[in-house]
Amino acid sequence: MAYNFKEVMNKPERLAPGHRMCAGCGGTIAVRTVLRALHEGDKAVIGNATGCLEVSSFMYPYTAYEDSYIHNAFENAGATLSGVETAYHVMRKKGKLDESYKFITFGGDGGTYDIGLQSLSGAMERGHDLVYVCYDNGAYMNTGVQRSSATPMFADTTTTPVGSVSNGKMQNRKDLAQIMAAHDIPYVGQSTLLGNMRDLYEKAEKAIYTPGAAFLNVMAPCPRGWKYPTEQIMDICRLAVETCYWPLFEVIEGKWILSYSPKKKLPIEDFLRTQGRFKHLFKPENEHLLVMYQEEVDRRWEDLLFRCSKN
Amino acid sequence: MAIRERLSGNEAVAYAIRQINPDVMPAFPITPSTEIPQYVSTFIANGEIDTEFIPVESEHSAMSAAIGASAAGCRVLTATSSCGMALMWEELYVAASNRLPLALALVNRALSGPININCDHSDSMGARDTGWIQIYAENNQEAYDNFVQAYRISEHKDVRLPIMICQDGFITSHAVENIELIEDEKVKAFVGEYEPEQYLLNPQMPMAVGPYATSPFYMETKMLQNEAMIHARKVILDVAADFKEMTGRSYGFFESYRLEDADYAIVMIGSAAGTTKEAIDELREAGKKVGLLKIRVFRPFPGEEIANALKHTKAVAILDRSEGFRAGGGPLSAEVKEHLYDIHASTRAVSYIYGLGGRDYTTVEAKEVYRQLEDMIENGTNIPQYQYIGLRK
Repeated sequence: MAYNFKEVMNKPERLAPGHRMCAGCGGTIAVRTVLRALHEGDKAVIGNATGCLEVSSFMYPYTAYEDSYIHNAFENAGATLSGVETAYHVMRKKGKLDESYKFITFGGDGGTYDIGLQSLSGAMERGHDLVYVCYDNGAYMNTGVQRSSATPMFADTTTTPVGSVSNGKMQNRKDLAQIMAAHDIPYVGQSTLLGNMRDLYEKAEKAIYTPGAAFLNVMAPCPRGWKYPTEQIMDICRLAVETCYWPLFEVIEGKWILSYSPKKKLPIEDFLRTQGRFKHLFKPENEHLLVMYQEEVDRRWEDLLFRCSKN
Repeated sequence: MAIRERLSGNEAVAYAIRQINPDVMPAFPITPSTEIPQYVSTFIANGEIDTEFIPVESEHSAMSAAIGASAAGCRVLTATSSCGMALMWEELYVAASNRLPLALALVNRALSGPININCDHSDSMGARDTGWIQIYAENNQEAYDNFVQAYRISEHKDVRLPIMICQDGFITSHAVENIELIEDEKVKAFVGEYEPEQYLLNPQMPMAVGPYATSPFYMETKMLQNEAMIHARKVILDVAADFKEMTGRSYGFFESYRLEDADYAIVMIGSAAGTTKEAIDELREAGKKVGLLKIRVFRPFPGEEIANALKHTKAVAILDRSEGFRAGGGPLSAEVKEHLYDIHASTRAVSYIYGLGGRDYTTVEAKEVYRQLEDMIENGTNIPQYQYIGLRK
């Protein structure tokens, strides 16, 4: 069925308003869009790693979730939902449950790329019928913008601060979608917040309704950590895609499929310039760092094109 | 008719699991508890039970998945030992504070380091303040009987707390002993079906589990957890009474062995109680009035009952199979002494550490403890009030 923006936006919200996420938070938009992809009438259990989303959307005694929801701890969203999903199969097997449920868990990049990677890997390898959604804002934002393995190179964070002898984070970001694809799960998607949200919505729908384990990596800007005016979030996401910093793709049954290829790839500066965390890169003496950055983006993009060309 | 068998402690617990047929078991292997998930996997492979086994990638994930499955509405268990339990630590608190009636078959083993696979109680004693009920066994029969009683206690509406059924690594878990087993249908009837009131997979009423609770709310959750632990006291005794009716085997908070008229007593937990009983029998032959108080239930701690059972003695030796590193004795000794103080008992109490990392504890050590207590009281000899027994000379 063709994507109909108006219809999709008119579906009942499954993340109720009144939560305490920041204005302009990309994570919240990602969660609402993913939950919209659930078909009306389908029940769901939503999981959540500890992080901004959890502490802001389920502060006792209020929950923002219309569906059943479980937060356990920081590093175990994958294992926790494994347990819920297994319980579902036992209850169905024993005739204690007739309804159909879907299982979706959310984690930030801290809970997903780093402390929760083992738990996530286990859940994916075992093939539980669930979707793990990483809302990747590229640092430990809940604890105050510390670097993660998802933090981009040269970003200014509170544990990789820019100083007289430091240009921010020295390492490149980890390519988690590739690691998840290496688990040989039926569906991996990478998306972000774009235009009418079609890309994310359709990938979420595929992830939810593909039997087996699925992983969705969603770039979700954080105004506090990235240092940008909140109204610019959609422009920043678009520039991330147009510069090929954050490519859109799917890996379906092991086949890499590019979702979008910019007609004219924009220089990486266009993305970096929008955010305060990269402002030191625009000092005249740091021009070589921008050159390095561009080389790295190009290398990764070419690598992705190669993987997608093998189909 | 009860079934007479010869089983190891791990086999006995697995036998109880097969009879109970729980819904979900996530587990990760660790010596000496590994056999329990192996046996359960074999039951599943042969279609003997409906349990779903989740072969998780760590103990942290074992307890995490157990919490997920329990919150979802299932009867759940896992098994572990030592470092496996240490890796679960955070999750032990989460399970208890979410009031999830999980069962954990714990096979007690020393915690690192140095790495050691043999018995002591440092794993479960370290977890004594996590909010779990803890019940300990002296032998295979008790490990089996305790597991059969576990869910009745844990799932009781006045309790709803996770439960740890502990047995001593290798000494109990691997030694084969005679055992009397209960018929399958009796166990099933005794344990009953699990019927949670609120759970994630309730289509009529969604539920949210694991909130962020700020200072105006957090403290009440702890108070309520403790209230449940207080309720557990009565439930443990009620379940034991029903169990006695079914089997004739009697259980309470603790077992008193030749304690009623004893001048000197040992207080301890677990398999070493059997050795102490042997020493008591020999000393009684020689006219010594010695006895034993063997703790079965450590959480909730039956402090008042223990103190009252000891107050008539002249001196007690409290033997801990784990170090507390408070530079003054182990955890059991601290708690027993607290309650002796509370009832103004005149009994002298001495702290001992024994059996760490599987160090042998024999009747020789037990008799030496009684000799020291008597020497202290009768001759006024100063003996160390906190000492290790069975150390290399």
